[in-house]
Amino acid sequence: MKIVVDRDLCQGHAVCESEAPEVFSVPKDGTVEVLDPSPAEDLRAKVEAAVKYCPTHALRFIDDQLEED
Amino acid sequence: MKQPPKVSGDEGGTGHLEELRADPIGLMTRVRDECGDVGEFRMADRRVVLLTGADANEFFFRAPEEDLDQAEAYPFMTPIFGEGVVFDAPPERRREMLHNQALRDKFMRGHAETIAREVDGMVARWGDAGEIDLLDWFAELTIYTSSACLIGKRFRDELDHRFAELYHDLERGTDALAYVDPYAPIDSFRRRDEARVALVALVQGIMDRRAAAPAPPDEERDLLDVLMSIKEEDGSLRFPADTVTGMFISMMFAGHHTTSGTAAWTLIELLRHPHEMAAVRAELDTLYADGSEVSYQALREIPRLESAVKEALRLHPPLILLLRVAKTDLEVDGFAIDKGAMVAASPAVSNRISTDFPDPHAFVPSRYLDPRNEDAANPWTWIPFGAGRHRCVGAAFAMMQLKAIFSVLLRGWDFELAQPSDTYRNDHSKMVVQLAQPCLARYQRRPSGDRGAETAPLSPLGQDSA
Repeated sequence: MKIVVDRDLCQGHAVCESEAPEVFSVPKDGTVEVLDPSPAEDLRAKVEAAVKYCPTHALRFIDDQLEED
Repeated sequence: MKQPPKVSGDEGGTGHLEELRADPIGLMTRVRDECGDVGEFRMADRRVVLLTGADANEFFFRAPEEDLDQAEAYPFMTPIFGEGVVFDAPPERRREMLHNQALRDKFMRGHAETIAREVDGMVARWGDAGEIDLLDWFAELTIYTSSACLIGKRFRDELDHRFAELYHDLERGTDALAYVDPYAPIDSFRRRDEARVALVALVQGIMDRRAAAPAPPDEERDLLDVLMSIKEEDGSLRFPADTVTGMFISMMFAGHHTTSGTAAWTLIELLRHPHEMAAVRAELDTLYADGSEVSYQALREIPRLESAVKEALRLHPPLILLLRVAKTDLEVDGFAIDKGAMVAASPAVSNRISTDFPDPHAFVPSRYLDPRNEDAANPWTWIPFGAGRHRCVGAAFAMMQLKAIFSVLLRGWDFELAQPSDTYRNDHSKMVVQLAQPCLARYQRRPSGDRGAETAPLSPLGQDSA
């Protein structure tokens, strides 16, 4: 699983940090920092929640098996 | 390179300005019909290139500030905010101001509690049945919620309906004539300037009282206390009342008429579509059957209610025209956009493109449920909140606020339209769109036995009210 951020869209709401603090951090006046760009499988549920609830749809993840596209 | 095609109706003089002031959606729809995704109209001496459709919108919303600038695009806001606030501040300063800490996720639960308390406070004034004007009522409510959440409870508690009325005069002072002269001698501009003076006096009064009173305990301090504590070297206030008022007006502006109008339209559309209303109420009754608090539930998914809100937003977007100024020569879709031209996107037009939103003029909340998800599927044309770099930073807050408002209203009260259904419409004569008055609705206390779930405890309504 690989995290992809659309930098044009992130506004630093930090919802991802609430959902998956192991993977995302958002500084006080900034946009998302990905702490772990290839998170382990056991974080999948949290990463999915972070992607789903991102208010600006700035996050995606790509499964390693599907990387040919 | 080709220049964008021009829309019909330019008879010289100020071009399409008068049409824009009278029927902006008609004008913009005609631009798309005649010219396609890229077309041009004229607002006095300014050319406006209107972009619609997914590709042109993506160009618009992804463009950096160096290409498409907001600062010069909204001259009608400067007399409202005051000099040096928001739109005439430099980009870095603006980014800083817009990056509002109060909108961060971790504060949302506290805001939801505050909003539920404010709705409870407003309905506590109601009898068992009565009539409200939807514009006045939701505008007053959202003055209280936005001031309480963004500035603080201490400031909010100093406000009453007078603040809401003055604020309304500011919003009415957004005539597109400002593109010719923001200080033209017309009634709405005169009232705008008088309202701002009155608001500064009101804030000055609050500041004087605070300066004379003992300092509040730390946990009660609000943004005004913080601003008043910052002094110049000579001991005078760094932020005098005029500056503070401008800051507060600008902080509240984006979230006020937008949320107020969306709340009113959501209620109107649900009353026009009783099956949808029944579905939303059943959903709320079920979700709250376990006695959970609004502050808990409003942060979670309420799919039917959210879909109704999204559909009200799609059909009646609070901002119908988003503007930028081209800072350099640009190209979109094979057409030239010359430096200095204005560039526009229109939620009112793009939200109703029939290839993206089948049956585009109908209120169909189910278009947001699985598997259709038409908002997520059309990120560049489902644009009630804009998109991309400048997407509304308050969108998540707004959705939470609307869920909290309707969680209180629809569980506790029955509503009905108090005038013929087709007489509810927006007034488009100002850049800030508002419901045209009259826009009346009747309310009646809901018999507690009507609630869907038999196990529903007595509603927690009013439990937080002062």
